[in-house]
Amino acid sequence: MKAIVTVIGKDQVGIIASVCSLLSSHNINILDISQTVLQEYLTMVMLVDLSACDKPIVEVGRALEQTGKERGLSIRIQREDIFNAMHRI
Amino acid sequence: MLNHNEILQTIQMIDQQHLDVRTITMGISLLSCAHSDVKTACDKVYDKVTRYAEKLVSTGEAIEAEFGIPIVNKRISVTPIALVAAAAETDNYTPFALALDRAAKTCGVNFIGGFSALVQKGMTDADRKLIASIPQALSETDIVCGSVNVGSTKAGIDMDAVALMGRTIKELAGRTADRGGFGCAKLVVFCNAVEDNPFMAGAFHGVGEPEKVINVGVSGPGVVHHALQAVKGQPFDVVAETVKKTAFRITRMGQLVAQEASRRLDTPFGIVDLSLAPTPAVGDSVARILEEMGLEVCGTHGTTAALALLNDAVKKGGVMASSSVGGLSGAFIPVSEDEGMIAAARSGALTLDKLEAMTCVCSVGLDMIAVPGDTSAETLSAIIADEAAIGMVNSKTTAVRIIPAPGCKVGDTVEFGGLLGSAPVQPVHPWSSAGFIARGGRIPAPMQSLKN
Repeated sequence: MKAIVTVIGKDQVGIIASVCSLLSSHNINILDISQTVLQEYLTMVMLVDLSACDKPIVEVGRALEQTGKERGLSIRIQREDIFNAMHRI
Repeated sequence: MLNHNEILQTIQMIDQQHLDVRTITMGISLLSCAHSDVKTACDKVYDKVTRYAEKLVSTGEAIEAEFGIPIVNKRISVTPIALVAAAAETDNYTPFALALDRAAKTCGVNFIGGFSALVQKGMTDADRKLIASIPQALSETDIVCGSVNVGSTKAGIDMDAVALMGRTIKELAGRTADRGGFGCAKLVVFCNAVEDNPFMAGAFHGVGEPEKVINVGVSGPGVVHHALQAVKGQPFDVVAETVKKTAFRITRMGQLVAQEASRRLDTPFGIVDLSLAPTPAVGDSVARILEEMGLEVCGTHGTTAALALLNDAVKKGGVMASSSVGGLSGAFIPVSEDEGMIAAARSGALTLDKLEAMTCVCSVGLDMIAVPGDTSAETLSAIIADEAAIGMVNSKTTAVRIIPAPGCKVGDTVEFGGLLGSAPVQPVHPWSSAGFIARGGRIPAPMQSLKN
């Protein structure tokens, strides 16, 4: 299963590192990554593969949310299907 | 890969524009629960509902978490109880409502619909008993909703039932006077009721439906409003196209959720209801969409045309996005549940007469409207008759959910709380319709019923 991780909030040192280390600790592979920074405001989007993940997506989501809270960011993971449904025919 | 902006657009819709799936509603047939003994029948009802809908709420929550899309309500609709209870040897059907209330609470849903009767061409003994039980049943339960279908394009309007419903609404308001007549917010009087509507309070599981079914209602007035802000001042062709595209996206999401829920619950997928259902939250209002089209306030001249465009474009955009569209599908205009409608009604711009005109072109009818507590039963019946006539002649669903708020006068506000919001008490015409309602009988079906 593929999912999209999004990080939104004020740019700061170590965001990518903390998100990536959390993902790798659950054996989640990052397939693609893109980010923009506009006036210190960061939005990062990652496409990840959960097929070898050791936890259900809901638990990964909770861990990411917690990491985000500690840094004052909004971090979430959502199944890719929802975006495909809305933006691809 | 999906592009960065598309992903952020979806997240923005959810975070800032109140995009959500309004309801996953499981329809359950209770026809197998009929029994001559009331207690046995009620036990069967409780057992069947709790067995079928056991995992409804947990499944809804799991989908919500995995897809990151809020699913606001999980609900149940059942076979009209007048049919299920007909075999029971009793004059009072309240025990059935109590059984439904208990079952719904056990399942953790927030409403259960189907304390209903379909009487468009006349009432059976069971229908009469059900209607007579409504005031007690809906005042003694918390989350049971009821509905009565009093007319259809095929059958005409049962004016005896219309007269009866005016009195029933009055009595129900009286029994829930301590809560502003809240009971009436759970009772809908329909013309051309649909059998697969997932929205409350009018949901019931029609007899043409399968054993159980999953119906999903999508929403997103905030998303449509936001999209229209980007095309300010442009011609209506552009407005219609913009609404269509937005409705398409919203409905695709609803379809995905519906299929996922259907698969996980091992229950057939019924329909997606593509309705714009407002909430009292700021930024989730249908009235504000109409105002975005260039009206100073919802209810002024031009409102009906704006609503007609909106309603049509929502359907056109949504219909291609779902394999099966049904329910009410269109734009809802419940006054108390829409921040913009509340403001418009309070300012006096949005009157009952204008709302009636608007119901000719939108999906349902006079919805969540508070009127003075001393409004007579005949006037309520006459309001129902007008609305039913609009539905009958235009071959569409119309409904009346009206609250004669006990002790309240024009200008007061009735608070219902939560999704039901708060309603400013609106004036009705002071002139009597008593002679009209006293006639009884049936208004014959119109010419357009003769299609065969």
